[in-house]
Amino acid sequence: MSATYYTKTHEYLRFDGDTGTIGITDFAQAQLGDVVFVELPPVGKTLTHGTEAATVESVKAAAEVNAPVSGEVTAVNLDLAQSPGLVNEDPLGRGWFLRLKIFDRAELDALLDEEAYREFLKTIS
Amino acid sequence: MRYLPLNDEDRALMLARIGVKDIAELFADIPPDKRLEQALDLPCHKGEMEVERQFSALAAQNIAAGSVPFFIGAGAYRHHIPASVDHLIQRSEFLTSYTPYQPEISQGTLQALFEFQSEVAELTAMEIANASLYDGSTATVEAAAMARRITGRRKAIVSGGLHPHYAETLQTYAAMAGVDLLRLAPDVVATESLAERIDQETACVIVQSPDFFGHLRDHSKLAESCRAKGALLVAVFTEAVAFGLIEPPGTLGADIVAGEGQSIGNRLNFGGPYLGLFAARAQYLRQMPGRICGETLDRDGRRSFTLTLSTREQHIRREKATSNICTNSGLASLAFTIHLSLLGSAGLRRLARINHANAVDLAERLAAVPGVTILNKTFFNEFTLRIKGDASELVERMAEAGILAGVPVSRLLPGQGLEEFLLVASTEVNTDADRAAYAKTLQGVISC
Repeated sequence: MSATYYTKTHEYLRFDGDTGTIGITDFAQAQLGDVVFVELPPVGKTLTHGTEAATVESVKAAAEVNAPVSGEVTAVNLDLAQSPGLVNEDPLGRGWFLRLKIFDRAELDALLDEEAYREFLKTIS
Repeated sequence: MRYLPLNDEDRALMLARIGVKDIAELFADIPPDKRLEQALDLPCHKGEMEVERQFSALAAQNIAAGSVPFFIGAGAYRHHIPASVDHLIQRSEFLTSYTPYQPEISQGTLQALFEFQSEVAELTAMEIANASLYDGSTATVEAAAMARRITGRRKAIVSGGLHPHYAETLQTYAAMAGVDLLRLAPDVVATESLAERIDQETACVIVQSPDFFGHLRDHSKLAESCRAKGALLVAVFTEAVAFGLIEPPGTLGADIVAGEGQSIGNRLNFGGPYLGLFAARAQYLRQMPGRICGETLDRDGRRSFTLTLSTREQHIRREKATSNICTNSGLASLAFTIHLSLLGSAGLRRLARINHANAVDLAERLAAVPGVTILNKTFFNEFTLRIKGDASELVERMAEAGILAGVPVSRLLPGQGLEEFLLVASTEVNTDADRAAYAKTLQGVISC
């Protein structure tokens, strides 16, 4: 059973057991424009929640992707090297950035659920 | 006739509009004791003739490089720049054009930058090059900062053969760039050993060839030692013409190359503007600082050029940028490109051979002067000689005798017991007569 959480900085985290799959939301990819490059962390790296996990570059901007929760990087999406456009095409699916082994499930409580994120989007659109 | 666009009526109108009684009110924020109460005692304006006369008299106090036998190097080299270079860079399309941010109106400038990058990459035998930095010293700093970013380590080992000004520039930036410098003592006779100093904290080893004292260094073994420990080799140069004859740093295993391009297309210019050349391995592209021009196809399928990978730069990334530089040495890089294009690789090789031959000839003549020793086993167009006594004094006496004999090492490395050493450069601009005059005058000056 998986649940998807969101941050106000437009990252999502799909939680499965004790692994989280992280990427950016559809709103974020639309704002960024065509993604040309994604800089991913090395597998094994420890990320602290709120700090930089990855960088995504589009034709017009470069933005940090922050770790929604703390954890250890267990996998990164190698397809993004050849096909950065996956982030635009399918941000919640094949455009995922990295997978994390989550250290503390309590950190999930600070994230937004799908409905809260949708409400949040209404306030900024 | 003086051109002053405003009259008193204009001023009164503007003051009234902003509600200020007189101009002095606009300076109210400046503390009274800091305000200038009366006009500066400057001479009145002069006519064009008088200005020319005054400045000619000032300039005449210098000995111009071209007017006497000239053997000064130490990081900037006098070469012959063909008139065609000047003629082309003076074209208003090149001379007055600004940064090519709009590719649709800047294809000429951008193509020149692309050719420049291609030439720098080929000259240094590296995979990628940028559109130039300010000069060799700041290029070296950028290389050290780039190595820190790539490796995540702080330590930079600096060879004692690196130009002292480059080492001092590194020191200026080091703290801000997050780099810890280990600067070795001046390596006058090229005996230093760098490999054993590399450890797991080392981001890079910074070496120069030909080095400050003129020695040629083969860094291929050092490159392997760096690689074994995960450090990068930064190869620096101050005389670009050398690569017409010696192995370029890319062939010897350099990861990043930084150097001075002044020798090609550019004059001594009293120390600047100069031309920072910067090249690296393709895998480090996104960590490379400075402007990069790329080749692409426009929407009609025509070959075209544009600045690219701008997300490295500070106007996009701010504090995450690879550097705060937001320009390049446009005109100097263009002069380099034109001169090198006119030379071609055969011409560059020939030019380098002439440089080396002249320097060898000079070294042989000077070595024959009693009391003079040439330190170098290898050199390109510059070497270090040792005399008994003070090289600074010698240079002064040689200048009085009409020869600009070189640079005393102690001028750039004071207080290190190097007073007896003199850097001597000989390029294609020296004639047989110049070199004979040097040897003869040196003999005379030494024996007095």
